[in-house]
This record gives sequence, structure tokens and C-alpha cells, in this order.
Amino acid sequence: MNRMNVKHIPIRNVDEAELSRISREGLLSLNLAEMKTIQSYFIQQGREPTDVEIETIAQTWSEHCVHKTFKSRIEYTENGGTVEIIDGLFNSYIRRATEEIDKEWCVSVFVDNAGIVEFDDDYNIAFKVETHNHPSAVEPYGGAGTGIGGVIRDCLGTGLGAKPILNTDVFCFGPLNLANDQLPTGSLHPRRVFKGVVAGVRDYGNRMGIPTANGAILFDPRFTGNPLVFCGNVGLIPKDRCEKSVQPGDLILAVGGRTGRDGIHGATFSSLELDDASESLGSVVQIGNPIMEKKMVDVLMEARDRGLYRTITDCGAGGFSSAVGEMGKDTGAEVHLENVRLKYEGLAPWEIWLSEAQERMVLALPPENLEAMTELCEAELVEATVLGEFTDSQKLRVSYDGELAAELDMHFLHEGLPTLTKKAVWEMPCFPEPPDRTGVTGKNGVLDGSNVLDFTQDLCAILGSPNVASKEWVIRQYDHEVQGGVVLKPLVGVENDGPSDACVVTPVLGSHKGVIVSNGINPKYSDIDPYHSAAAAIDEALRNIIAVGGKLESTALLDNFSWGNPDRPDRLGGLVRAAKACYDIATAYGTPFISGKDSLYNEYRDTTTGKQLAIPSTLLISACCVIPDVTKAITMDAKSVQNLIYVIGKTYDELGASHYYDIHGFVGNSVPIVRPEEGKATMMALSRAVEEGLIKSCHDCSEGGIGVAAAEMAFSGGFGMELDLASAPRSAEVTTDDVLLFAESNSRFIVEISRPNRAAFEDCMVGIPFGCIGRILPYPDFNVRGISREMVVSAKIYQLKEAWQSTFRDGR
Amino acid sequence: MRPKVLILRTAGTNCDYETEYAFRLAGAETALVHINHLITARANLDEFHILALPGGFSYGDDVSAGILLANEIKYKLGDLLRDFVNSGKLIIGICNGFQVLVRAGLLPGLNSNIAQEATLAMNTSAKFECRWVHLETQKSPCAFTHGLKWRLYLPVAHAEGRFTAPSQILDQLESNRQVVFRYASRYGGIPSYPDNPNGSDLQIAGICDPTGRIFGMMPHPERFLTRLNHPRWTRDSLPEKGDGLGIFRNAVAYVQQNFS
Repeated sequence: MNRMNVKHIPIRNVDEAELSRISREGLLSLNLAEMKTIQSYFIQQGREPTDVEIETIAQTWSEHCVHKTFKSRIEYTENGGTVEIIDGLFNSYIRRATEEIDKEWCVSVFVDNAGIVEFDDDYNIAFKVETHNHPSAVEPYGGAGTGIGGVIRDCLGTGLGAKPILNTDVFCFGPLNLANDQLPTGSLHPRRVFKGVVAGVRDYGNRMGIPTANGAILFDPRFTGNPLVFCGNVGLIPKDRCEKSVQPGDLILAVGGRTGRDGIHGATFSSLELDDASESLGSVVQIGNPIMEKKMVDVLMEARDRGLYRTITDCGAGGFSSAVGEMGKDTGAEVHLENVRLKYEGLAPWEIWLSEAQERMVLALPPENLEAMTELCEAELVEATVLGEFTDSQKLRVSYDGELAAELDMHFLHEGLPTLTKKAVWEMPCFPEPPDRTGVTGKNGVLDGSNVLDFTQDLCAILGSPNVASKEWVIRQYDHEVQGGVVLKPLVGVENDGPSDACVVTPVLGSHKGVIVSNGINPKYSDIDPYHSAAAAIDEALRNIIAVGGKLESTALLDNFSWGNPDRPDRLGGLVRAAKACYDIATAYGTPFISGKDSLYNEYRDTTTGKQLAIPSTLLISACCVIPDVTKAITMDAKSVQNLIYVIGKTYDELGASHYYDIHGFVGNSVPIVRPEEGKATMMALSRAVEEGLIKSCHDCSEGGIGVAAAEMAFSGGFGMELDLASAPRSAEVTTDDVLLFAESNSRFIVEISRPNRAAFEDCMVGIPFGCIGRILPYPDFNVRGISREMVVSAKIYQLKEAWQSTFRDGR
Repeated sequence: MRPKVLILRTAGTNCDYETEYAFRLAGAETALVHINHLITARANLDEFHILALPGGFSYGDDVSAGILLANEIKYKLGDLLRDFVNSGKLIIGICNGFQVLVRAGLLPGLNSNIAQEATLAMNTSAKFECRWVHLETQKSPCAFTHGLKWRLYLPVAHAEGRFTAPSQILDQLESNRQVVFRYASRYGGIPSYPDNPNGSDLQIAGICDPTGRIFGMMPHPERFLTRLNHPRWTRDSLPEKGDGLGIFRNAVAYVQQNFS
């Protein structure tokens, strides 16, 4: 086979149209301003760039790698008002929140591949959540599997390497029952995406021996062409292994899998909108091999403990170009591409340099440790190859068989990206409201006018709606017991099948110290206002933490934005709204962000119809909380007959974007609002009550409101309930039973209290809105009375459970 | 005396940490040893009393679950293992380790020529499943289960766990009392899915060889060591120790009785 050579790309003497063409046809995702910056750099250098150089810059400057939208200057207008200048969303809202909250237990935030918080005397916890949306759209099984593989390597590449102890996954798909003629040209059917993604995560996560114990799956037609796949990993890292450094003279050592032509242009691919041609870009999706990754983890953990290397990072988006470029940022690096071990011959130098082939890590290794490292790797059949060394030249030099392939100033590469100014606009939408129901109480809803429905049917319909329904079919395919430390499992209750609010893991066996991990996500609300969607996502993640026994003061957050094209001012306006909420709500609750990620350009263009489809603006908030004693944790299943049921937190007239409106075909406008001062007081009071052992069970009120939460507690515990909504705390404007039953107001919980603890519990709740709404029954009836004391829901718990379980039974 | 346990690792092993913890809790000393260190004699099996093959996906379970490691053991460590067993020492295989022992012909071990006599096939549900199951302890010569309570509750997590063998092999297993655990129904009677989570013949969840010193099971005893492992510890009153611990304690006690 002919040896592939370095090519030169003439850009010094070309016009703007040609610059744009080079970017577009090369899949570089560089805009004109960026191309012109590159042009003037090479005019200054007095030579034309090589393909390796252009590609290196494109990867380093890609939205995926450098998050330029979150760093850009934004001119923002809200509802036609005056222009507000925002000097970077990340610095203004996310980082600033963390700095102001200033928690002493934050060890490393925003600088490494994952955030690090303190755990116990010996260990810290690393936590990272990533998206793998575009690869999963094109190739669901491979895309999702390598999503998990990638986020595991993020924690492995944090500090000197964290041992993976927990996976979490959140997916957003199109409706599984989508009619074939509704499928946009070129996109896969949601059912195929769903099955492929679940299988991909299962096969990678299970083979890695990491419990997958938390997650969520949501559905919306707008996720059809562009599904979302969020993969998270928690790692355990020794306290003295959290710092990394590079010294000139250190060897650049590649460890793990070989390099092939898979995953080329992944970083820039994720910065493009999808269309029906995307499927043909097969090489942008990587090929996963979990056993390679497991072998590599085993070897690296031992090398870490023996102190063999000085720094480590993962080969993710951009491959070696990103990993080496990033590691050598403050020093300089010299790489010999011919040293790279290949899966097969025939790769051009730039392909070797950019390949996103999986299961590779890059280390900075002091030369004196090479022998020990090589021996360790050889014994366990893991390949390790010296690619070059770190220098003090402040330059990134890449050669291929003696030929110079790249010589770039590190400063230009990392700081040369021109700052963008983007326009953002936000206009409050207005959706039709359902018919006025003022004063209407009793068993019949009147939302559809002529079509009178009863609340028992509505409750069953919401329980069976895809977002709420049991995901047991998926959960059981993930090993959530491996490593022996998952003490609150994803499924709880008398039949081990109730929906846990969060999982709790004890990573150090024999110790009762644990980590709670939860998620909050609510893309429906962002149709009305991304601000309230983001606020609700934070509130929900925190509620889930509190509901199993965590505390606000030891909880950290991760933000993962999946958004449409930020070059469109309306999409960016929504992003501004969401970022503002992140700052406001996180600072009010005192919960810092420790890591995050954004995936933009989540749009699908149907080239047949010309229709452009953006996903619902989606913010996933993941939370983790370290707790000193997991034996105090609680679950959501009703525990004993005759115990009392309380609602904590006030219900407001907030049915906007609720599941109740959704099943009746409305969106409305009254989206649930977070009132953090109320929410914080409620959560802190509840934490005190849990600490004192007063709570038998607790469930957060989210999708489907009090009705769904109470029903889930009842059937998970195998007991009936008798409830009286008139006793639930509510704001004055709430006058109808449907609001009390189904509104998704934030910061509310349902708790079970034994009668002897009643007084002590109520003492704990002084100053907090609460009401005793009923009791647990010795028989399987679930009866709810409305404001006028009329029975509004009357069902058997097995009927409710069947509604909840039947939707995804056997994965149909 | 603290018995020494060698926990065998290879590419794709992944229950080594909790298996090691279980043996330590039971009073043993442990070492995690990569198979290549045994093959190249950098580690010495003779120094150990118990060989444990933990769960996982050895070599990705490529071809079929456990077969590559089984062949490696058979062809590269055959003599070593034979001597180990003949000197009265113990071998336990859990989940993937059980699959390896069966595919290597060490279990059920009816013939002396180490040939595969049974298999662990794809679950009848045709998918990987993680769930808790009830087990009934059978009367057997198994060194790991002496005096264990009649019913145990343990999790399974596998895709290929359906124990199946020709009927004459099954008959021999029964008459030799080599069936150590059977899946049991929550409500009595013959368990159907999901109580028998994989559709195993005769509800077999674990077997031993005729000597009782080689033992394999699909459920994971190392995942139920304390009450906090139990899926319902927040609602049921449970003893502090988990059902799985007894298996590791029995192994330790057996070594202490026979090798002190």
C-alpha cells in the first residue's frame, strides 16, 4: 500500500467564498471569522498550512471541544426590551454560581475532565455526564455504547484516574408508536433507536462491571430525528491522586486500543445539524470494545497507585490532537505519528492524529518509569506506545516519518479563537388555555368540554404515559448490583418494582458512607419558558436527593444542555433564559455546579419536506450528595397499614405543560415556578425529619403531581390509601380538584409518618406548609376525595399498577 | 489460621472487588492474580487453599460466555489445577466463573477426562436480567454449603444462565446429590419465570463436583453480605448478615479444618 502523505492546503491567497468552501467540504465546522483568523496566522508564518494543522485547529476550536457559544459575548433581548450584554454564559451564570457558593468540599471544578468533590478521609468522588446525541442518531447501538465508554474515560482521565463506581443514563426519544409515514427522511424509527441505545448501554456498562442504577427515559415527537443520550459516570479517586502536571521531557504514552479510521470528525460532526445525509457519515461513529477498556482500567489503576505517571487524559473528541494539544498546552509537545499503532494500514497522517478510536488514554510518563509501565501493560496484554515527548518549546510539533506535519504555537491553538458575538432573543410564547373551570370540583374533569372524563381514568392515563410509566424492562437489563455497593436500588418496594427517587451507593465496602445520585429533567416546560424548565430540573434533582435522605448543604450539581442551533437567535435566547435560572436557583439553594457540558446544534433537517426540526430545549441536571450514614436512607414505597400520609409544600395553580394537560391536548401557560426560599426551607425541614428517623417513606411530587406520587407509593408498598385533597396545602387561587391532583408545582413531597411520630414530625415542619391528607389502608383501595369531600378517584392499586407497568412490559 | 484465596483475574473480570471483600469478611487472606501471572509462574497457585473465579465477562464472553477463559485454564493451567484439586483444595466459580468451570469440564466433573458435560445457555427470556431470586439449598456433599439455611435470597445478573444437560447427566447429578441450589418459587410449587430467572433444567442454580470441593453457581453470594444489600432493607426487619456470607465462611472453615 502506498504511504499516505501530509498535504498542504493553500489558503493564504483565497477569497472568502473559497475559505467557506474549504470549511464546509472538509467538515471543519469553522465559520468565516475563524477561517480568516487561520488565514492571517499562516500569512504571518509565511507558509501554507498542512491538512494536519487545519484539522488540529478545527478540532481544538470546535463547539464540542471549546464550548464557544457558552464563552461568546451575547447581545440579548427579552420580549422586545433593551439589549443586555452578557459576557459569556458560562462565566456569568455557571462558574459564577459555583464561585459565590464557595463550598469547601469542592476539590476540582470545571478544570479537569470531571468535577471532584470530597468523599471521606481517603477518597474523593469524580462525577461527569456527557452527551452522545449525534452518534446515537446515526448508529444507536454503537453511539450509546461509546457514549458510556467515553464518559468512563472522562473519570479515568480526571486527576490521576478515578475508578468507575456508577453509571447513570438519561435518554430522550421520539414516540415508540410513531407512524412510519411521520418519520422524517433518513432518520431511524424511534423504536429502533430505543432498542439500540438500551442494548448499547447495557452491553458496554455490564461488561465494564459498573452498576447502572439511575436514569430516566423521556419521549417527545421532536426527538425523532435527533434523540438525546446522556451518559454519566461517578468515580472514586484517592485524595492524593487528584492533582496532575506535565513536565518537559515526560514521554507521551498512548495506552489501550489501536487507532483506526473510526470516529473521524466526531468533534466537528457534533457541531453540525443532522439531515438525511448524516447516516452516510458512518465513519464519524466510533466502535466500542468494553473489554479493551476494562483491561486498560485495570492496568491504569495499578499504575496510578504505584505513581508511575504524572498526568493522564482521555482520547475523546479530536483524538490525539485534542489530548496531546491539551496536555502540552503550557509546555509544548513533539509527536511522531509513525509510532502510533494502527488497526490497519492506509490512514493518512491527519486521520491518525484525529481518529476518535475508542479505549485510548494518553499519559505523561517520566522516562525512568517506562520500563515498569511497559512490564505492567505487557503482563495484562494492554498495548502502550511512546508517541513522543513533552517539550518546553510552547509549540505543538507533529511529524510523520521525518516529514513535518504540523508546527503550531500552543498559544495560537488555545487562545487564537476569535471571540464571537451572538444575538439572542426571547419572546414569551402564548399557548391556548383550556376552558375555564373556576369552582368546578368533583369527580369529573371538564377539560375537553363535551368529552367528560373522570379523574380515575386520567390518573391511569398519566401513569401509563411513556414518560411516567415503569421502565423496569430496561432497568433489569442493566446490572445494578455489581461491585456490591448499591444500597438503594432503582427499583424498590414490596415486589422490588417501585420507582426509586434516586440511587445510593457505598463505594468503599464495609463503610456506611455513601453517595446519592439523582437526575432532574423537564423539556416539556421549556416550551413555555426554558427558565422555568431549568429551575424545575434543578428543583427535581434536589427533591430526589432529599427524598432518599440527602441534604442540600452537601449536594453538587452537573449541568448538561442539549439545545438547538445557537446561531439562531431564538434558540440562543432560550439558552440564555436557562443559564440565568441555573445561576438564580443554584445560588438560592447553595448547591454548586462542579461540571457540565453542552451539546448544541441538535436539529434535524428533513431535506424532502424542507422542514427544520429543533429538539425541545433540554437541560439535564444531575446531582450527587455525599451522606455519612446510608442506614438512614429511606425509600418511596408505603411501609405500614394505618400510617399517616402528609403532603409537604404548597400546590399552586400550575398545570402549564403538565402531563394532565398533555393527555388532554393542551400546553397552557401556567408553568410550575420554583420559589427557592420556600423550597429550601421545605427541603431542610424534611432533611431534619429524616435525620431524626421520623419518615417511613418519602416520594417527590413531580410528573403527574400528588395523584401520581401517592399512587406510586401505594402500589409500590402493596397497600391502599385513603386521601383527602382538601387538607393538602394550597395557594388561594387553587379551587379545582384537577389542580390539586395533577399540578406539578415544585418543592413538594409526600411522606409517610407513623402515628407515634406525628407530633415530633409536625414540630419539625413548623413554618413549612404541610397537611395530613390521609392514611394507609389494610386493603388495596386507592380512594381520593376532592375539595368538596366528594370521591374523585376510586381505584384498586393493582389497576393503577397495571396501568403504570403495561406500557413498556416486554419492551413493546 | 487464615486460609489464602486466589481470586483469578483476566480481561473482563469484574466482580473481583466484592468477591475479595466477601472472603476477607469471612476471615480469609486474599490475592487478586491475573491469569498471565499463573501461566508465566510469577504467581504460585500452591500457596493458596481456595481458587475463586469471580463474575464478569471474561474476554467479553466472545463466542460464548466463559469459553475463552475455560480453554485457557484447560490448556494452559490443566496440570496445575489438577494438582490443586487433588490436594483437597477448593474451587468456587460464581456467575461467569461458573460458566467457565462448566465449559472447562470441571463441573459437574462426572468423568475424569475433563470434557464438557453440561452448559449454561441463553436465558429463556433471551436477555440479560438483574433480579433477586429465592434459592433452596439441597442436601449435597458441597463444602461451601454445609449447614446453610434452607432458603436463601440472592441476586442474579446474567444473560447466559440456563443450566441444561442431557437427561442422563441430569439423572447422575440427582443421584450423586450434586445439585447444590435450586431456584424456588416465592409462593411454593415449581418456580416459573421470573422465579426461575433463566429457565434452568430442574431449576438448577448451582452444582458441585462429586467431591463437593468444586462448586459453581449463577447467583451472586458476594452481593448479599450485609442487610444493606437486600433490596427491601428499608421495609423488612432483617438480620445484620446477608445470606451470601455463609458460603464464604464455609469455605474458610473447611480449609481451617483440613489444612491446619
